[in-house]
Amino acid sequence: MVDETPPDSSQADEGETNATENAYWRDNLRLLLTLMSIWFVVSFGAGILFRDWLDQFSLGGYPLGFWFAQQGSIYIFMALILYYVVKMRSLERKYDLDD
Amino acid sequence: METQTLIYIFVGLSFAMYIGIAIWSRAGSTKEFYVAGGGVNPVVNGMATAADWMSAASFISMAGLIAFLGYDASVYLMGWTGGYVLLALLLAPYLRKFGQFTVPDFIGTRYYSKTARVVAVICLIFISFTYIAGQMRGVGIVFSRFLDVSIFWGVIIGMGIVFIYAVLGGMKGITYTQVAQYCVLIFAYMVPAFFLSFMITGNPIPQLGLGSQVNDGSGLYVLEKLNLVLTDLGFGQYTDGSKSMIDVFCITLALMVGTAGLPHVIVRFFTVPKASDARKSAGWALLFIALLYTTAPAVGAFARINFIDTVNETSYAQAPDWFKNWESNDLIAFQDKNNDGVMQYRSGDAFEGAPVFAEGTAASGAREVTNTPNADSENEVYVDRDIMVLANPEIGNLPGWVIALVAAGGLAAALSTAAGLLLVISSSISHDLLKSTFRPNISEKGELLAARLAATAAIIVAGYLGIYPPGWVAQVVAFAFGLAAASLFPAIFMGIFTKFMNREGAIAGMVTGLAFTFGYIFYFKLANPEANVAENWLLGISPEGIGVVGMVLHFIVAIVVAKMTARTPMDVRRLVDSIRVPRGAGEAHAH
Repeated sequence: MVDETPPDSSQADEGETNATENAYWRDNLRLLLTLMSIWFVVSFGAGILFRDWLDQFSLGGYPLGFWFAQQGSIYIFMALILYYVVKMRSLERKYDLDD
Repeated sequence: METQTLIYIFVGLSFAMYIGIAIWSRAGSTKEFYVAGGGVNPVVNGMATAADWMSAASFISMAGLIAFLGYDASVYLMGWTGGYVLLALLLAPYLRKFGQFTVPDFIGTRYYSKTARVVAVICLIFISFTYIAGQMRGVGIVFSRFLDVSIFWGVIIGMGIVFIYAVLGGMKGITYTQVAQYCVLIFAYMVPAFFLSFMITGNPIPQLGLGSQVNDGSGLYVLEKLNLVLTDLGFGQYTDGSKSMIDVFCITLALMVGTAGLPHVIVRFFTVPKASDARKSAGWALLFIALLYTTAPAVGAFARINFIDTVNETSYAQAPDWFKNWESNDLIAFQDKNNDGVMQYRSGDAFEGAPVFAEGTAASGAREVTNTPNADSENEVYVDRDIMVLANPEIGNLPGWVIALVAAGGLAAALSTAAGLLLVISSSISHDLLKSTFRPNISEKGELLAARLAATAAIIVAGYLGIYPPGWVAQVVAFAFGLAAASLFPAIFMGIFTKFMNREGAIAGMVTGLAFTFGYIFYFKLANPEANVAENWLLGISPEGIGVVGMVLHFIVAIVVAKMTARTPMDVRRLVDSIRVPRGAGEAHAH
């Protein structure tokens, strides 16, 4: 997961943004990290790395790992975006930064 | 009514609709031409993004690939949908807040450099032309099979239609035609899928059908039956793959990141009114895309079962009509190696290479094939994977109007993607190269004219590539995603999420990612294709997945160079602050 963790630039950020915007941005990064971890686990984890092990279980006629790779990961991707849209709206209202 | 007449009616009606929409939504300013005026509803934009994204490859080829690759095809399903999570969470809202017209706009401004902008334009043009050649080939295939015109005239007609709405309407015309095209293509994809699923499992919902029992009384699940039938014929299990885990991992990641870095997809998010709308819109886009992408695995599996049931151990004399139709289009061939007149479908190639047909017929009644038979396999049937979706309604004996609908759907998919690509090419030339780099004094009218001329030139080049496809087209699709993943995505990502990334780092990173990925794919796909086997690959990663390594190199080189060179200027740091918060979107930022 080298690509989605933003390189640490917190020291460089200091003094250039106001406190509200900083707090908003930190909350956003925390939320992003959580959601990107789920993104990684359902596709690369369940659909690829642990597929063989998951295939011993089944969901209807689907071996579970195969289901994650060809169906489940896509449903969860949609849920992730939906959750992010809703959560960000409330974050932006909380910090009074909505557009 | 005859099927052929129905096809003409469906395709003709859909074309008339696209032209009508184009005339209704002509672009009058550069803002309308580049980003449809910036006031597109997020749901409408989501639908247009879905049509833009789902190309001839998604509509025509993907289910066929899944049918023949089984589990290995998961890389496309996850790769081409997971990228939207990256778009919605990491790129789209910030790029919208930045509020310019093109991807090189962002790179040029954030890295305060004309060189960076030009490097981005080069990446963009290379990615888009690779992609567009494939769309025009799709148009050619659909026209020649369904409309009985030559590929030459098929491509000319397709170019004419795209010309009308892309050149007149710009992004505004494209957006609303893409909405119509999405409706046509998704309807055309789902109807045969419902029929097939109901026929094979008794459950009309394909996503559920694939997990259900086959209704032939055997009590087997669809995937169990496929595994059983395929192992009998000498194939590997459908639910197992043959690619190594690291390769599956890297290809999936390269496709995801590549998707998020594709300029014609990113630019769609410049058209919505606000940053929060860009997030919403990416969600809608994924929903509309997922409808087709979760159906495709079912269509692929059903098509494979149907194909084996109808073809294997059938005598050629009794082969169904569709088999002979596609044979006459060179996409199916039968070489009766054991001279029993019966088609044996097994694992392995029937003969060497793509079929070369001679005049006249063989003893079996099939068209004479002159290729050297492959003695290692009992297989006698050659089938091009691309025909699966197009042939499905015929294989399933569905009514004529379904076949006509699929023809119109295939054309909608190819045309919508081609138009989106043409637009990013033309705006990168007229806006990034002319207006922002070489002719800053050009007037608004002059820029709009330049954009239209660039779009016209791009259509002509694309048409030429479609009529005379160079041999390398099919070989280099990996380029588009690999290059987008290794060049554009990291530069945009670091431009938003870091402040320390500076001009020097970004240029060094883009050039490194581009050169490494280009070199690796060029070597294995074009310069030395014989060496393209797993033993020779770097870390066992195929050219399709190498964009991941290019991306990692991009990050490392960019960070090291940035740490060694000058600090980013204060106004760029303020720009980063302002794109991170949604308030105030819509105002353009000064260059």
